[in-house]
Amino acid sequence: MAEVLLRAAGVGKHFGGVKALRDVSLTIGLGEVYGLIGPNGAGKTTFFNCLTGLYVPDGGAFDFAGRPLKADAPHQAAERGIARTFQNIRLFGNMSAVENVMVGRHVRTGAGVFGAMFRDARTRAEEAAIRRRAAELLHYVGIADRADDLAKNLSYGDQRRLEIARALATEPQLLCLDEPAAGMNATETEELRLLIEGIRRDGTTILLIEHDVKLVMGLCDRVAVLDYGEKICEDVPAVVQKDSRVIEAYLGGSVA
Amino acid sequence: MEILLQQLINGLVQGSIYALVALGYTMVYGIMGLINFAHGEVVMIGTLVTISVAGLLLKLGLPVALAGGAGLLAAVAVCMALGWGLERIAYRPLRNAPRLTPLITAIGMSIVLQNVAMLVWGRNYLTFPAIAPKAQFEFAGASFTAVQVMIVLVSALTMAGLLVLIYRTRLGMAMRATSQNPQVASLMGVNVNRVIAAAFVIGSALGAVAGVMVGSYYEIAHYQMGFMLGLKAFTAAVLGGIGNLAGAMAGGVLLGIIEALGAGYIGDLTGGFLGSHYQDIFAFIVLIGVLMFRPSGLFGEKTGDRA
Repeated sequence: MAEVLLRAAGVGKHFGGVKALRDVSLTIGLGEVYGLIGPNGAGKTTFFNCLTGLYVPDGGAFDFAGRPLKADAPHQAAERGIARTFQNIRLFGNMSAVENVMVGRHVRTGAGVFGAMFRDARTRAEEAAIRRRAAELLHYVGIADRADDLAKNLSYGDQRRLEIARALATEPQLLCLDEPAAGMNATETEELRLLIEGIRRDGTTILLIEHDVKLVMGLCDRVAVLDYGEKICEDVPAVVQKDSRVIEAYLGGSVA
Repeated sequence: MEILLQQLINGLVQGSIYALVALGYTMVYGIMGLINFAHGEVVMIGTLVTISVAGLLLKLGLPVALAGGAGLLAAVAVCMALGWGLERIAYRPLRNAPRLTPLITAIGMSIVLQNVAMLVWGRNYLTFPAIAPKAQFEFAGASFTAVQVMIVLVSALTMAGLLVLIYRTRLGMAMRATSQNPQVASLMGVNVNRVIAAAFVIGSALGAVAGVMVGSYYEIAHYQMGFMLGLKAFTAAVLGGIGNLAGAMAGGVLLGIIEALGAGYIGDLTGGFLGSHYQDIFAFIVLIGVLMFRPSGLFGEKTGDRA
């Protein structure tokens, strides 16, 4: 494995008596596509939430790009270069598609209250650049023609693409996709696969939660399996697929 | 007919002031769901600061325009600082408290500010310095003053500026995103604390402008003047659909006109039993009516989506 981008060490999180994550450790290399799979309720999204600062883990730590990740405020995780999409789409529904992406540029730009009130040249130049970049990203994910439509009026597949464009706008080093193919048909899934491969080729590391086994096996360099909050397996897809603990976790009980 | 036109003009002027103040309520509500009942007191302090600063400069012999301009700038600066401080000291520590807690705190802050103003400026009525032009115009039997024209113009310009800020700038984008989903906005790198502080600061700046208008319109000010003005502006915000910017603007103007027409005709309607000093009841009849029949306001969506 090449240089390490993310190292999670002993991450734990419980809600009351439910241990959603127990002592999860994993490392993701720069440029990898890393899959995180497991049955429903295994703790995959909880792991995302801890990583992106929505939850504060009870134990353990994240190291990102060689420095500890002090993820107690989500905007700091974004600043460090971690972006995500959501299993249940969470766009700003009453803003246009291009505006959604422009919000994503927030973390890489700087004009504040006074810039907004006095409209100096620097602020105006920055805002023009934000709009340009947002338009480019819409083009990149293939929904340039929907730029001015309200996000809530986009089709389901386009909303998923818009979420990816918005996440990319933060210039992430690590892009976390939470079930991007959920609810997509075969054609849409194939288009999504091409998009994710393109993003990887352009140099972004990807952490992927996904139930679509074919997609995971086709895309991921390595896969980790969570079950009841524990990592039960981590390897290349071909090996994970045959692991008896994984089969047991998915099918329940032991398989002869 | 003259009375109708005259009262429409008066209502438009008063309504422009309500609209500016209502925007302060609605911006804060739209972003964090809090009704900042201390906002009327921010406006009052804007008026009183202008009285002190402009009054002093006039006494020193500065030209009227300069003294007035400096008074306005001082009011805006003090109110922005006050709005920022209110959020930082009174509301931010209660961010995750039950909704009733910050509401009661807001009422508390309103009382605190009134009393601070009483200590600083005394309990007597203060005369607003003569910084506004005195010219008077006639139109189709109705008369209006240069101050009234200025109030409507400045108010319209300020609101246009606010719309540009909210719909065109990076900060405005962040504010709209935060009002729709603070958690996701923060994942996009939006510092939600800064956005909330900005809503308070900008709302207070609008309040300061309104405060100067109230002062130059009525030429008199008092440490308790913010209370009724705040309630009326809050009513205007609810009328338009609280959380909705266009709603606050329309609601403000509409409320001003309803009040002026009510005050103009209440004497005739009740056979002289009630006089125009009962005009305050109209705002509250409107408030009760809206809350009963259309709680989401004129522009509010039923889904409770906030702008």
